Amino acid sequence: MTDPFILRALLASVGVAIVVAPLGCLVVWRRMSYFGATIAHGGLLGVALGLALDIDLTLGVVLVALALGGLMLGLGRQRAVPADSLLGILSHAALAGGIVAAAQLSGQRLDLIGYLFGDVLAVGTSDLVWLGAGGIVVLGVVGWLWRTLVAVAVHEELAMAEGLPVRIAEAALVLLLALTVAIAMKIVGVLLIVAFLVMPAAAARPFAGTPEAMVGLAAVIGALSSAAGLGVSIGIDVPAGPAIVLVMSAVSAASIVWQSLRRD
Amino acid sequence: MRRLPNGGRGCDVTTADGRTSGAAGGHDHHHGAHHHTHHDHGSGCDPSVVTPPDPKALLSGRGITFARGGRTILDGIDIDVRPGEIVTLIGPNGAGKTTLVRTLLGLETPDQGTVMRRPGLVVGYVPQRFERDAAVPLSVARFLTLGKPVVRTTVAAVLDEVGAAHVIDRQLVKLSGGELQRVVLARALVRDPDVLVLDEPARGVDHLGEAELYALIGRLRDRRGLGVLLVSHDLHVVMAQSDRVLCINRHVCCHGVPETVAQHPEYMRLFGTAARAFAIYQHHHDHEHALTGEPLPSSSAHADTNR
Repeated sequence: MTDPFILRALLASVGVAIVVAPLGCLVVWRRMSYFGATIAHGGLLGVALGLALDIDLTLGVVLVALALGGLMLGLGRQRAVPADSLLGILSHAALAGGIVAAAQLSGQRLDLIGYLFGDVLAVGTSDLVWLGAGGIVVLGVVGWLWRTLVAVAVHEELAMAEGLPVRIAEAALVLLLALTVAIAMKIVGVLLIVAFLVMPAAAARPFAGTPEAMVGLAAVIGALSSAAGLGVSIGIDVPAGPAIVLVMSAVSAASIVWQSLRRD
Repeated sequence: MRRLPNGGRGCDVTTADGRTSGAAGGHDHHHGAHHHTHHDHGSGCDPSVVTPPDPKALLSGRGITFARGGRTILDGIDIDVRPGEIVTLIGPNGAGKTTLVRTLLGLETPDQGTVMRRPGLVVGYVPQRFERDAAVPLSVARFLTLGKPVVRTTVAAVLDEVGAAHVIDRQLVKLSGGELQRVVLARALVRDPDVLVLDEPARGVDHLGEAELYALIGRLRDRRGLGVLLVSHDLHVVMAQSDRVLCINRHVCCHGVPETVAQHPEYMRLFGTAARAFAIYQHHHDHEHALTGEPLPSSSAHADTNR
């Protein structure tokens, strides 16, 4: 268990779980999981863009995720198509476009499965640096805007009438989701990022009395599930990202069952 | 209620800038204008009529016009809310009451007209519907500090003021409808507002709770000298607490002291049988309003109708 690649995998998956905990709670509170999934699905398109322009792939992912987020914010006001249908269109268009573009550009070079499902055991030092730096930015901005972000999650209109910087918080949330996708993609893959966001937060909800307690619990649940999932992955030789997500879903299911039993 | 004498008081309709005329004869020129439209009152629909904003007003709207999807929702509305004054906005469903309130709060931008706020104005807002979201774990105390960070003693004092001191540490989702109403009001008050805007605050509360809530709003106005803008579709309980009533149906139909509006033909036409069943729940004003510096026009009316 002391192999450096295992240590890096452990650091990366636990790190991602901690960094996404506050965003995950915000996504759960604001019912934005489909929004998050759409941004995540743009990740592959971002990789293709990075390859095409010969720029850093992470930068490409951030750019595409930002463009998608901006597009969704802009289209959020239209009434022609229901919001979730719009997300369904954008989300899968981005995913299909990303797969086609990546295949076209790179032929056999690109590890498509790795980008879709993540390859935590292949995480390198530069990925960890991205995670560390990106994580500090994400947590810093979340901390700075926390009161407004919580107020908007509770009641957007009230927050706006009270003069809180609602629009800034909204734009920041999209920016942060984009950054998160970029730094977590290599580790968990575009298809499973939303699981990292939503599952620990949902599992933490019944045990939390304050927004901060829910974030803290989500971070703990996410980190422990990551370590456990990684252990399972190495033990029985299955892909690490999906193994972690399976552990997280088991914890979420247990939490939901516990909550509904307690209510009766 | 006893019918009011058919003299000048029955026509005590305010002028376009919302100044309630208390002076004898000040309303004579409105006499006989009841069957006219609001244009004749100079309520701002005619763009050539420019009404200067009330210098005492905390929150004013002038010529507020708002259209969506080719439908006019608001048409040239003038409104003022002054310190220590309860202004009630009534009108049928779809009259644009909520849109007007949202425009005054800056949540909507009018197509025409201006919204003026006194510089540094602090607004407390109680929205029409407050849907609790079980997704966010939140205590009442924490909920109150979301808009503005305040110390716990302040939170406790405000909750006490609205009669909800006992719920301070309860989760928001565990509150009853009446408790939630008071807690949302407390969130508006904890900001120490100059003006309180309440959009149908009694919705979903039983009649007893409703009467209590309006009495509470009256006490808050008395104690804190707040300006209050209240939206209501209920004509029975609210009007006696009001200093002025603005009856709108896209445009201002009529406005004045409650008793006047109740007698107004436009109001009668809008509310039909409901208007005929109207009864003002009276209470005595045994206080002065130092902030306005003048006796409230409704006080004399109250004394008049209250045996």
